[in-house]
Amino acid sequence: MSRRAVITGVGVVAPGGIGTKAYWKLLSEGRTATRIITHFDASPYRSRMAGEADFDPVREGLTPQEIRRLDRAAQFAVVAGREALADSGIEFDQLDPGRIGVSLGTAVGCTTSLEREFIVGSDRGKYWEVDQSYAVPHLYDYFTPSSMATELAWTVGAEGPVSVVSTGCTSGLDSVGYAAELIMEGSADVVVTGGTEAPLSPITVVCFDVIRASSTRNDDPTTACRPFDKTRDGLVLGEGCAIIVLEELEHARARGAHIYGEVAGFASRCNAYHMTGLHPEGIEMSDAINIALKQARSDATDVGYINAHGSGTKQNDLHETAAFKRSLGAHAYKTPVSGFKSMIGHSLGAIGSLEIVGSLLAFEEGLIPPTANLHEPDPECDLDYVPLVAREAKVNTVLTVGSGFGGFQSAMVLKKVEGAGR
Amino acid sequence: MTRAVVTGIGIASPNGLGPTAYWRATLHGEAAIKPITRFDSANYWAKIAGEVPGFEAGRHLQGRLLPQTDHMTRLTLVGTDWALRGAGVQPNDIPDTDIAVITAATAGGYEFGQRELQKLWHQGPEYVSAYQSFAWFYAVNTGQISIRHGTRGPGAVVVSEQAGGIDSIGHARRQLRKGVKLALTGGMDSSLCPWAWVAHQASGSLSRNNNPRRAYLPFDRDASGYVCGEGGAIMVLETPESAAERPGTRVYGEIVGYASTFDSRMPSREPGLKRAAELALRDAGMDASEIDVVFADAAGIPELDKAEAEAIKGIFGPFGVPVTAPKTMTGRLFAGGGSLDVASAILSIYWSAIPPTVNVENPVPEYEIDLVMNEARHGKVKAALVLGRGKGGFNSAMVVREYR
Repeated sequence: MSRRAVITGVGVVAPGGIGTKAYWKLLSEGRTATRIITHFDASPYRSRMAGEADFDPVREGLTPQEIRRLDRAAQFAVVAGREALADSGIEFDQLDPGRIGVSLGTAVGCTTSLEREFIVGSDRGKYWEVDQSYAVPHLYDYFTPSSMATELAWTVGAEGPVSVVSTGCTSGLDSVGYAAELIMEGSADVVVTGGTEAPLSPITVVCFDVIRASSTRNDDPTTACRPFDKTRDGLVLGEGCAIIVLEELEHARARGAHIYGEVAGFASRCNAYHMTGLHPEGIEMSDAINIALKQARSDATDVGYINAHGSGTKQNDLHETAAFKRSLGAHAYKTPVSGFKSMIGHSLGAIGSLEIVGSLLAFEEGLIPPTANLHEPDPECDLDYVPLVAREAKVNTVLTVGSGFGGFQSAMVLKKVEGAGR
Repeated sequence: MTRAVVTGIGIASPNGLGPTAYWRATLHGEAAIKPITRFDSANYWAKIAGEVPGFEAGRHLQGRLLPQTDHMTRLTLVGTDWALRGAGVQPNDIPDTDIAVITAATAGGYEFGQRELQKLWHQGPEYVSAYQSFAWFYAVNTGQISIRHGTRGPGAVVVSEQAGGIDSIGHARRQLRKGVKLALTGGMDSSLCPWAWVAHQASGSLSRNNNPRRAYLPFDRDASGYVCGEGGAIMVLETPESAAERPGTRVYGEIVGYASTFDSRMPSREPGLKRAAELALRDAGMDASEIDVVFADAAGIPELDKAEAEAIKGIFGPFGVPVTAPKTMTGRLFAGGGSLDVASAILSIYWSAIPPTVNVENPVPEYEIDLVMNEARHGKVKAALVLGRGKGGFNSAMVVREYR
């Protein structure tokens, strides 16, 4: 009997509110949470907007030591991790810790903290020889993002396989795919997975500025991210985290757990094309979709909803629209497609997991969140992008996709599990 | 179960470029830890490292790649070229979607990142390179390898500090089991720039001894921390069926077991290294008595050395198996270290010799391990166990065996 990986707990830190409830409220109401950046003075930059989380680590129960030691992205992971654990109802201390794993996605790790410390140590870039006397004791934890997996593993008491998966903007999908593989192959029974990112610091904003990938609609930040709209002009950065408790199906059933859905298929592809560019034909994303569907033993016509990458660039919109048509054929035109980045911005290595959680909640609520800010559809994007308002629909199979710098293309098929309690 | 064999090895190590030069130097115990030349270390308390000498990226890579790559990406790309060439893989030999690229990372292109941070804060946003968006991030090497070789199969990047080099190979084997024919895998790493150096110093793990022969002494009573190095190994891992499609392909050895575990924060719990090794042996379907050598993690930090010695002793018995740490010649290579150890284990099998651990003079007697010191031991090596640990609690183990 092959092992199956199902989701039994979720936790969220997102723009618009902390916790899964607040997140779903935002998505289901089609509200946006992008705004002018408040974390630092963004006035020197081309794009000055982001989806910021109103995250107060004290209110979220972190200790002063944790707040001092942990990068904001790691703080998100701990808080969302605790919510996911509680939601799963698993008594983690009753499990064999060796059968618990962690797989955490992040694209840029602890960059915000690294930049902060760099400014001090180099005296605002004056010296190439950074002054060692200013190094904080936990600088090395910022240096490598695996420290965040460590933190999450400590939170849940994991002693099985633990790692960070870092594949740029597909990290949040790939980490969950990796986790599912650990469960299916038998390396773990429970894997706490997901993605976290708190990239809102000048260096990351500049990265997207210099390649003109981000929106300059600074006078209207709440509607700036407009996937599939012909007035779109780029992505809007975001921050956030979703942590997911992934569990082997029989393990979950044995304890009568509520099951949100199954990670039934997952595939990633490299496009071998360009570190930041996308080929308009979408062949590799389509390949990933086909393999994920095959692994899920699903037909294209089973897909009831597509959670798009929807980053808000024309290149992306054409790329994924082509991929959906290539894989789903005529069914692509009948399938609702929507993009959450229109509401919460692009939180790089976290967004894939946030999209998974939003898609699972669409199962629960029978409601497909919309693509916000889609007023003037781009005629070249001719699918059903669920503009502005959520739509009621009974969905049993969701396809969620991601594209990332480095040429990564990922696709995951989530399926509702029959007889799943609650 | 799908098998996974190593048919190509690209190595950039402080003591040798390419598997032949590396292996000759390693068997002869040629240490390459020296005073740092890549930046002025006068104002830092740690002043030595293992630097890869004689690597001129411009001789191997097109000029257009240079402005968009960090040193560690250049090492990786050249190492990948060598691995593919050694494996005799020509473009179009294998469908592009049947090739996976799985690399390990620790800190990305850190030197590149420091330069751009400095530009941003000293000169202004308009001076930041358009390549910064990807040149420094952790996923860069997988993406660049894929583009360079036109591979369109699965891609991934694993980060588990210094255990990642082993984990990436484990994940590559997983991709073979899921159906790809060939994977380019492993890690090459470098973070020898001032901004990385202050982080390394802050880790609390570096030796404060700046005598290259006395700084990194794993299992020695004078162990005082480790020394950083750069480099690593990229391997061609493929199914035997895929290798057989290229008649005459050399098979170095086979990856037969892999597992990873994590250390609890609670001191009452046993560290996970022994469990990782046992799980890897079980995965290989092998008994400890079949292992001819252990390539140790060899942290060089007394409590970690003790824990590793206890794990080895617990599995093999006192002095039950030769243990070696060729990384005493190179320093620790971060994401590259685990993969270079796996490559060394495979070369050990291929060339029937165990490379020595250098500089260690006074192994702690209570550890009761048979440390291969000073000179190589020649003789048949059928199977090896490779251990790796990463700061924060990561443990990985891999079993490699001669291919039959």
